[in-house]
Amino acid sequence: MSEWEPKIVAFLCNWCSYGAADLAGVSRLQYPANIRIIRVPCSGRVNPKFILAAFRSGADGVWVSGCHPGDCHYIEGNLYARRKFALLNSQLEYTGIVEPGRLHFSWISSAEATKFAEVARGVIDAVKAAGPARHFIKKQAEVA
Amino acid sequence: MTEVQEISGEPGDFSVKLIEKPRFIDLSRCTGCGECARVCPVVKKNEYDMGLSERRAAFRRYAQAVPGAFSIEKLGISPCKATCPAHISVQGYVALAAEGRYSEALKLVKEQNPLPAICGRVCHHPCESACKRGEVDEPVAIDSIKRFIADLDLRSETRYVPEIKQRREEKVAVIGGGPGGLTCAYYLAIEGYRVTVFEKLPVLGGMLRVGIPSYRLPRDIIEAEIQVMRDMGIEFRTGVEIGKDVTISMLRKEGYKAFFMAVGAHECKILGIPGEDLEGVYPGVNFLRDVNLGKEVKLGDRVAVVGGGNVAMDAVRTALRNGSSKPFIIYRRSIHEMPANEEEIEECQEEGIEIMTLTNPKRIIGEGGRVKAVECVRMQLGAPDASGRRRPEVIPGSEFIMEVDAVIPAIGQESDWACLTDECACQLTDWGTMRVDPLTLQSHDEDIFAGGDAVTGPKTVIEAIAAGKQAAISIDRFIRGVDLREGREKEWKAIEEVRTEGYDRIPRERMPRLAPGERTSGFDEVQLGFNEEQVRKEAQRCLSCSVCSECYQCVEACLANAVVHEDRAREREVRVGAVIAAPGFQPFDPTLYDTYAYSKFPNVVTSMEFERILSASGPTQGHLVRPSDHREPKRVAWLQCVGSRDIHHCDHKYCSGVCCMYAIKEAVIAKEHSHGDLDTAIFFMDMRTHGKDFERYYNRARDQHGVRFVRSRVHSIEPVPGSDDLEINYATETGTVQSEQFDMVVLSVGFETANSVVDLAGRLDLKLNDNLFCETSSFEPVSGSRPGIFVCGAFQSPKDIPQSVVEASAAAAAAGSLLSSARGSLVRERELPPQLNVVGERPRVGVFVCHCGINISGVVDVKGVRDYARDLPFVEYVSDNLYTCSQDTQVVMREAIEEHKLNRIVVAACTPRTHEALFQETMSDAGLNKYLFEMANIRNQDSWVHSTNPEMATEKAKDLLRMAVSKVVLLEPLQEPELSVNQKALIIGGGVAGMVAARTIADQGYPVFLVERSDRLGGQALSLFKTWKGEDIQGYLKELTRSVMDHPQITVYLSTSVTNVEGFVGNFKTTILNGGTPEVLEHGVAVIATGGKEHRPTEYLYGGDPRVITHQELDRRFMNGDAALKDVRTAVFIQCVGSREPDRPYCSRVCCSHTLESALELKKLNPGSDVYVLYRDLRSYGEREALYLEARRKGVMFVRFNLDDKPKVEATDGKLVVTVKDHVLQRPIRLTPDLLTLATAILPNETEELGQFFKVPANEDGFFIEAHAKLRPVEFATDGVFLCGLAHYPKPLDESVAQAQAAASRAATLLARQTIQFSGMVAVTNQLLCSSCATCVNICPYSAPRFNDKGKAEINPALCKGCGLCVASCRSGAIRLRGFDDAQIFAMIENI
Repeated sequence: MSEWEPKIVAFLCNWCSYGAADLAGVSRLQYPANIRIIRVPCSGRVNPKFILAAFRSGADGVWVSGCHPGDCHYIEGNLYARRKFALLNSQLEYTGIVEPGRLHFSWISSAEATKFAEVARGVIDAVKAAGPARHFIKKQAEVA
Repeated sequence: MTEVQEISGEPGDFSVKLIEKPRFIDLSRCTGCGECARVCPVVKKNEYDMGLSERRAAFRRYAQAVPGAFSIEKLGISPCKATCPAHISVQGYVALAAEGRYSEALKLVKEQNPLPAICGRVCHHPCESACKRGEVDEPVAIDSIKRFIADLDLRSETRYVPEIKQRREEKVAVIGGGPGGLTCAYYLAIEGYRVTVFEKLPVLGGMLRVGIPSYRLPRDIIEAEIQVMRDMGIEFRTGVEIGKDVTISMLRKEGYKAFFMAVGAHECKILGIPGEDLEGVYPGVNFLRDVNLGKEVKLGDRVAVVGGGNVAMDAVRTALRNGSSKPFIIYRRSIHEMPANEEEIEECQEEGIEIMTLTNPKRIIGEGGRVKAVECVRMQLGAPDASGRRRPEVIPGSEFIMEVDAVIPAIGQESDWACLTDECACQLTDWGTMRVDPLTLQSHDEDIFAGGDAVTGPKTVIEAIAAGKQAAISIDRFIRGVDLREGREKEWKAIEEVRTEGYDRIPRERMPRLAPGERTSGFDEVQLGFNEEQVRKEAQRCLSCSVCSECYQCVEACLANAVVHEDRAREREVRVGAVIAAPGFQPFDPTLYDTYAYSKFPNVVTSMEFERILSASGPTQGHLVRPSDHREPKRVAWLQCVGSRDIHHCDHKYCSGVCCMYAIKEAVIAKEHSHGDLDTAIFFMDMRTHGKDFERYYNRARDQHGVRFVRSRVHSIEPVPGSDDLEINYATETGTVQSEQFDMVVLSVGFETANSVVDLAGRLDLKLNDNLFCETSSFEPVSGSRPGIFVCGAFQSPKDIPQSVVEASAAAAAAGSLLSSARGSLVRERELPPQLNVVGERPRVGVFVCHCGINISGVVDVKGVRDYARDLPFVEYVSDNLYTCSQDTQVVMREAIEEHKLNRIVVAACTPRTHEALFQETMSDAGLNKYLFEMANIRNQDSWVHSTNPEMATEKAKDLLRMAVSKVVLLEPLQEPELSVNQKALIIGGGVAGMVAARTIADQGYPVFLVERSDRLGGQALSLFKTWKGEDIQGYLKELTRSVMDHPQITVYLSTSVTNVEGFVGNFKTTILNGGTPEVLEHGVAVIATGGKEHRPTEYLYGGDPRVITHQELDRRFMNGDAALKDVRTAVFIQCVGSREPDRPYCSRVCCSHTLESALELKKLNPGSDVYVLYRDLRSYGEREALYLEARRKGVMFVRFNLDDKPKVEATDGKLVVTVKDHVLQRPIRLTPDLLTLATAILPNETEELGQFFKVPANEDGFFIEAHAKLRPVEFATDGVFLCGLAHYPKPLDESVAQAQAAASRAATLLARQTIQFSGMVAVTNQLLCSSCATCVNICPYSAPRFNDKGKAEINPALCKGCGLCVASCRSGAIRLRGFDDAQIFAMIENI
């Protein structure tokens, strides 16, 4: 691979967005292979630390996706997720550690395979535009 | 795919006869990969998308279908295949040709016919006569398609030569090199036998070569098809006459194990008239043979060919080409009876050959030993003979003489049996044909088989080919010593019911022919063959009669070997105690409304079609486009009540109850989906949003989303000339006519019972009502007319999803009550080995990488991934499997766990959402804790979505696998906590809902505490007169109350209130207070049925004038038989008193029906009285619409008013004056009733405290909120607490009863167990780290975290659902989520 390809971590809730990713497969919808999906029971399970850890581990982008409002398998976990996410996002923007275009949030139901593939392409394009993430990678201390 | 045929027996012991329809795909093997659908050539409209998209004959109804396995739609055997003597999958190769898949098509043909290029020219194609397309216009030109496919192969660089299965040593002799012999040799060669074909003539092909002229069948074609057989290793020996040069006994000695006698019928039958021995009489077959072998034959100019078959046609046309200037046909019947192919007769006539019909030769007249003339006689047709053709009869005295140079008799052939020397034990028939078993073709000498013309007399090429194939099967079995007959008797019955309407007429492609002028000069082929375009067009005319074409492409594509084309319908009998009928409804077909022109205008769609257009998984992936041009519409209209509330177009005098709400929903979603400003208008009569929270949705749609609501019934839809747009003309309420144009019109179609369901009801002996819905009573709403059969859903009556789900649970409860004594008697416990203790062990991971046939390995380098896994930390074992989910891999996995002492498993395959449970079960069987498992999703989320980039997909698969391994090593064995259940129920509220719930649970054998606040059971029903169906409520109530009071399992507490609740599901402790001392009740579940009450209004002079009363007050007067009601001259009802108002924006659901009932009752008491109903929307939903119809018939007057112009009620001069603006006249009208009834709202009882006790929420109107409006309508989010009756929402008595049964049913699912097992994936707190901030306690929707006596948060595993919300929110990091712990997720993140 000569061209740089970003690596993106996606935290998908088991009930909706992970199902949509599965259905995108069943429907053979194509999108680039940059995303590494981590299944979580609910988007409410996503601790802001996970997002930071992903960037620290070399991810160029992070995507969190849950059920539509009102459709959460756990009643309202997705709403808490959104609140945490909004807070983190504005903080990251403020500190400048993570540039805009790297962090994404969406609602995708388990029937919305097309939307999943579309959003996936959108996320990948945005992260590609932002370029390789360098600010936050954990590096070995340089030895003189 | 199963149908109920019959139910016999009695409640508690039914015997049900089922017909299980064939699926043609083995459910247990299908992996749902869809390869079968990918290769299937048969295209069908997709019913799931309402015909807006296409699917294949091999299909899955929709992507998320359960089970996820595919099935094949096959209605039977298509007429072409059934009719073809060789039973070639005709529809199959036609379908493949239609897709341009010619080599697959050829292979398919060659499964039954090794001579397709020959057959494509000379077959008499009975398939085309049977072709159903002929009923539409003309049959498909099947034979020409086959010819094209075959010619293409013969002309290609490498011809298709079938694979030889396994070489065998046995030798077989085939006597005769005609089509039968060649076919037999071909299929025996495929089986591996050493085959020698002996042919008497110097050339191969039999009649093909020496009987059929080369202008019909060019020699190079015959030679080419035989060359394929030479390439297969078949030996040909021409010029060898069996019986003379070699005998059967000699061949037997040489080691030939079997013989196929396919000697044909090459001897011409004689005419049996004088003069046949004259020179110039040349038997037809001999003539053709000699010409075809290149002999010079001189006949003279005038040649009389006698006969009407193909040999006669061939002879006469050959004579023409051989130099005779005037050959002609003499045939004794008319042209319609001629057995020759129609084309041949046609071509004959084109070539100027005369056909003398109804003429028969009497004698041949000679001169000098040579033919000079022939004397003929005229014939006429009499009655039909044994063959079905009309018998020719001589017309006496019609003899005449014609001068001729030669006579060619061609009236039939017979066989020469010189090959049968004495050692053969074969027998011949009286007609000189070989006597054989018709199925196996075995003769009386067991190693001799025979077929073709030698057995049947002169017949067709395809029949000889069919016999050749059957003989090959018999000979193979004979040599292998297998039973010759087994499984071969098959009835080839074509399907009869094939739809032939609705197709456009498309003429059959015409075969290009050599110009007649160019033909007679030589022996060039006359029929020139189709070009590819013609073949594709022609093949697409096929109607796919049996849907599946039996092309067998799926069989090859399915690596899991799941396709079973031989699958058959199976009859099964099951014994059951109760039956629940839920066959549903069908959407109304609006083609009946001719003025809506649904079938004419593509942009008029049904609401069901519109649902699919809006659906993310629909034909347009949720993009809102209209069908005609796929443009986004700008204006969409909905027309309500299509097929509902209509006794003119259809006999549907009911309201379908759901269409108003779905139309609003569709309008709102359409607006969300459209990119611009979408104008949406709903044309309606009454807006019926009577469901819970529906009125709010309606208001929002109108006020916030801008959906327009137009009160008008639209008469017709007109096209807008020059566009695909549509025009709607309608009258407004005031009578002015308006016109509007729309891009799309949606018909909101209603419900109806399908004819098939009416039939089913007949078989089940269930009574249906006038509307064809199931007959039930309000008091037993889910009991069908036949005891022991329960009903639910739209079959019972039209209804929406929440009510259907309620009824489904209710039906389950009713069945449960009936069968309570048998509960648990058929339960089988799974035996599991003791669990291995792996705590403290070093992780030893086993990795299984799946190929999923080619679904993964077609893209991802599976072996590479497997090898990569080997080097990952803690991995001890790796393997790759064709299907990791197959049974044999489960065995491999169990053995690997044992042998390699594995304590963690990773499967890299499809998705855990479908397959995790399967692998976990295998682990449990091997004694491993099932939570020590992880999957890497390398199919759905990798190979399937990155098929164009194998390199990156493989990289991704490695990453996903590495992540999974990094997580699995950190997983720990989890225990599933068990909790004992106190098998008692507490019901709060003693109204009808509470009592029914109590009785239903008690009937299932569980003790019930029924707590009622007042001093009497009955609740609101005590004040109600009749149900809408006219049933007496008080009688029912008395009986219900008695049965509850007397029930041995029910303890009733009257004048009792609940003061405290502790505990959780399975173990509640509720304190009740009845006067003095509190009492504590212990129970496992609780049902809240606290009911509601009638609103007491402060408007319309209520309370100030005795003539103004509420519904319940009027009911009481009916019940008391108040004589004054007979004297009411004018009665007025005002609707929506306190409902659908800004401060109470919900519809009370029951008031409209109640008003109609009371209005009719008043009319009954005094038919001369004037009854007025002042309403906003009349909501007599469902079958209650009948009341509205009847009220109007009886003269009840309906006046509509708006919320901003409500009626005014005054008392003037002792008179009650009601003033309301008439909606039609737009003028105030003044009524002076002596009875004014207010249809007042229904309010919930005060239950705030109770809600807090059980931690269950209520909405802003005070009604309790269920866990999910549609899916869990009687449950709370809090486990073990259930809901029914008016406490949920206003509802009529029948719906309360159903909901109470449903709540009881859901409660019984917990009560039926002594213990409940919970998932091991729950959150746990670390007491040392907990800072007691209460975040977890506050945010958990299930109330699982609580403070313990030390003030630290503790999570009840019985209530925890494992969502992880508290874990992600804990500020102290004090909570862990088992199975999805921070450490495990971090490990995955670090390994991306």
